[in-house]
Amino acid sequence: MAKIKTPKVFAYRRENGRVGIRNHVLVLPLDDLSNSACEKVAYNVKGTKAIPHAYGRLQFGKDLELFFRTMIGTGANPNVAAVVVIGIEPDWTNRIVKGIAKTGKPVAGFSIERFGEFKTVEMACWKAKEYVQWASELRREPVDLKEIWVSVKCGESDTTSGLASNPTVGNAIDKLVAMGATTSFGETSEITGAELVCKERAVNRKVGAQFMATFDAYQKMIDDNKTDDLSGSQPTKGNIRGGLTTIEEKAFGNLQKIGKKANYVGVLDKAEAPTGPGLWFMDTSSAAAEAVTLWAAAGFVAHFFPTGQGNIIGNPIEPVIKLTANPITAKTMSEHVDYDCSAILRGEMTLDQSGDNLLQMLIRTCNGRLTAQEALGHEEFVLTKLYESA
Amino acid sequence: MIQFLVHEKADNVGVATVDIKAGEKAKGLYMDSQKPVQVKALQEIPLGHKIALTTFKKDDAVIKYGHDIGRVVAGIKTGEHVHIHNLKTRRW
Repeated sequence: MAKIKTPKVFAYRRENGRVGIRNHVLVLPLDDLSNSACEKVAYNVKGTKAIPHAYGRLQFGKDLELFFRTMIGTGANPNVAAVVVIGIEPDWTNRIVKGIAKTGKPVAGFSIERFGEFKTVEMACWKAKEYVQWASELRREPVDLKEIWVSVKCGESDTTSGLASNPTVGNAIDKLVAMGATTSFGETSEITGAELVCKERAVNRKVGAQFMATFDAYQKMIDDNKTDDLSGSQPTKGNIRGGLTTIEEKAFGNLQKIGKKANYVGVLDKAEAPTGPGLWFMDTSSAAAEAVTLWAAAGFVAHFFPTGQGNIIGNPIEPVIKLTANPITAKTMSEHVDYDCSAILRGEMTLDQSGDNLLQMLIRTCNGRLTAQEALGHEEFVLTKLYESA
Repeated sequence: MIQFLVHEKADNVGVATVDIKAGEKAKGLYMDSQKPVQVKALQEIPLGHKIALTTFKKDDAVIKYGHDIGRVVAGIKTGEHVHIHNLKTRRW
C-alpha cells in the first residue's frame, strides 16, 4: 500500500520513545482496598488522577497475569507522565512499580500495612506533588501523526453505525494505516456471523488462523455460559431499539470500522502491546469500558468510538473521540458527541470527506482539545476479569 | 428526500434514515450503485429500522451488507417492518 503524507501533531515524547497526547500523573491502586488512599492523594494534590477499580485481591493464574498486564500497561501508557502506586501490601505493589519503571518514567510505590492509611497518604502526597510539578513543565513537541496509536470500538450501535459512523472510522483507519500508523480493533463476540469475512482480512493465512482460534475460544466461552440466545445482551436492548435485530447484522456493521483496504497484521491477547505498525486484532469483550481499558493498557493513546443510540463511555487516560451518524442522538445527546456525521445519511457528505473530518478531530485531540468525555469527566476504568478469585 | 438506504444490490432490506409512515411511497437509494428504489411502506418504519424490499416466507434469509443476517420466523410482505418479531439470529 502506498504511504501517504503524515501530518504533524504536538505531543509528549516519553523516556522510552513512545508518544503520548496527555500528561497525566496517575495515583494507581493495586487493589480495591487501596482506592480510598488513592482518592485522598488525588484530592490533596491537584492535577493528579486516581483510577479506582474493583479487583487486585486473590486473583490467580491467567486472570492474575491479565490483571498485572492491565495495571502495568495503564501506568506505562505514554499518555501518563508519572505514577504513584498504592497497595495494601508491598510485594504486589512493587511488581506494578517495577513493570512501569521499565518505561523509564518516574514511578513510586507505597503500601498501607504497617503504616496505616493516614501515613501512607501523606507519604504518597509528597511524591505525587513532586511528580505533578515536574510533569507540568514537560512540553509538547511536533511528531508525526503516525506515531499516535489509535484503537477503535463502537457502542450502543444501531443501523446508522453500519451505514455511516463505522465506515467513517474505517475510512480514517485506512488512511492512518497507509501513513504507517499503529491501530487496533477487537470485540471478539461482536464479529459473530461475519467471522469468515474477518478472517479473510488477515494479512496471511497464519494470522487468519490465529484470529479463528481466538474467535472459536470466545464462542466456546459463550456457549458454555449462555442460558438463551443472548437476545437482549448481544445485541443489546439499545441496539434493538435502534433497529439492529441480530448479532450477524451487528457484526457486519461492526466490521465497517476496519475500512476497505487494511489487512490486520497480528492477533493480540487482551492488553497486549503490538510490536509494529499496522492494524491489529485484539481479543476483547464487546463491553465498551472493558475493551477501551484493555487498549489503553496495551499503549493506545487515542480511541475512535462511533455510537448509534449514544454510549457515553470515556476512559481516564485514553481520550475517547465520539462520533454518531444518528441525527436523534446528535441532537438529544450533543454534550457527548465530538463529531456528528449524520450528513452522510442525508446524502450531503461522502465517507471520504467524513474520514478526513474524523482525522482532523484526531489531530485536534492530539494537540490538546479535550474530548466530550474528558470535559464531562467520564473515566470508566474497568478491568476484565476472566473468572472468580481464589 | 431519501427515506431509506440499501447497502448493496444483493440486499433484500433497506434501512430507514427518517421515520417512514405507513402508506407512504418511500424513496430509497442503493449505496453501491446510487440507483433509486421505491417501496410502499405497509407499516411505520422508525429511523434506523429495516423495511422489507421483497416478500419473505418463514425460514428465508434476510440479506444485508450482501450477507445473511438471520432467519425469517414469520412471513413478511414487501414494505413491512423487519425486526425481532419476524427475524432471528442463526447463532447462539
